[in-house]
Amino acid sequence: MSIWLGLAGFGVVFLSAALMLGLSLSHRKASPVFRDIPAFTRLRQAVGLVVEDGSRLHILLGHSALTIPQSASALAGLALLRRLADLTSAGDQPPIATSGDATLAILSQDTLQSAAKFSKLASFDPTAGRLTGLTPFSYAAGAIPAIRDENVSANVLMGNFGVEVALLTDAVERENTFGLAGSDNLTAQAVIYASAQEPLIGEEVFAAGAYVESDPLHTASLTVQDILRWLIIAAILAGALLALAGVL
Amino acid sequence: MNRKGLPSVIAIISTAIAIASSVLVLAGYFFAQKVNGQISLLTDIRLTLLNWAIILAGFAIFIGILNLFQVHFKKIQNKQKGSVYSLLLIVSLVATFLFGLVKPGQIGVVFTTIQLPVEASLMALLAVTLTYASVRLLHRRFNLLSVIFLVTALLILLGTAPLPFLGVIPGLSDWVRPFIAQVVAAAGARGILLGVALGTLTTGLRILFGADRPYGGNK
Repeated sequence: MSIWLGLAGFGVVFLSAALMLGLSLSHRKASPVFRDIPAFTRLRQAVGLVVEDGSRLHILLGHSALTIPQSASALAGLALLRRLADLTSAGDQPPIATSGDATLAILSQDTLQSAAKFSKLASFDPTAGRLTGLTPFSYAAGAIPAIRDENVSANVLMGNFGVEVALLTDAVERENTFGLAGSDNLTAQAVIYASAQEPLIGEEVFAAGAYVESDPLHTASLTVQDILRWLIIAAILAGALLALAGVL
Repeated sequence: MNRKGLPSVIAIISTAIAIASSVLVLAGYFFAQKVNGQISLLTDIRLTLLNWAIILAGFAIFIGILNLFQVHFKKIQNKQKGSVYSLLLIVSLVATFLFGLVKPGQIGVVFTTIQLPVEASLMALLAVTLTYASVRLLHRRFNLLSVIFLVTALLILLGTAPLPFLGVIPGLSDWVRPFIAQVVAAAGARGILLGVALGTLTTGLRILFGADRPYGGNK
């Protein structure tokens, strides 16, 4: 990376970080207002039902390794896991998290353990955060029995998936349970749109944590995303106009 | 220090290490070179930290396999539904491990003769699953976007594969399909990817600030 490109990248990250901190401090006491995404409203209802009927919540974190850029959606999934584990701590059974990567499985165990300690209501089961397979298809094949056999009434698929996600959404549909799915992978998004009950498209995956249980920094990060999006739109339009004028 | 205070100290230390490592790796990306073109110290630090992460990830696979073993052993012990498959998994796991110890050079045979055909058959199953899902889409969500999704999929399919007796449909293969794939779909995909990139950036920053801590500790 050249020095100028590095400086430009640093500028974008620094601007985003400053905006996030500034907005989270200025809107600390204001109640957040979100765009309506029906999938998250239904997720909250499904989580309420999980606690009421004593069933389980299952979070599928995908198969992304943490050392690659595609891990961001899995990290967003882990943040959501933490919030959902807190919300279901009063239930009879703790949530289960399945992953297709060993580091992700360890982090999911750690997240569930932290949630159990924090709530002091739920007990921690080390097998609740589990690795089901190391390749995309073996991961899907290993996660399907958890959807089917473990008294699960709500499934949240949030992470890096490929086309194999269709096998998972199909299993959710067959069990007639709630299923919300989102991924950062374009192919998986197309498959999810066709096969999932509640699909999340694009950056909606990264907003999940704030919609379930918002904190000022998470809410500010959504506002920063909107600001940056408008800046990109302005830059694209300006570039197109300059190209039309023959300047670029 | 009492024992109750120890976990919070560990959480603070782990958070500090995670944030410091993230800042160093990030800085290593942005300031990779000195003004004179030489590799900067930050790049060396970034590469060292990433190498450590790769070694840890390798060891995590071993822990992950133990976790897999534990989950399925518990399933057999409690005689849960599908415990026969758990037994099969453990037997296969042990057999593959022993095969790898006895004939380490030929371990690839297990993957090419067992794993690959099984995964290929799952891929074939996927074609049926996706067709079924597409048919059910209109039943599940009957709206304009679902209709556009299905019509687009159909046009791309008809434009890609030559039909029996008809061959290539004029106009569809040479104009409609390239227009949808290279203009409309490419524009939409780039928009989605920009959104994903922005989401990735803010997710990274939340972890950098310690607001999301997937590595333990309380909220």
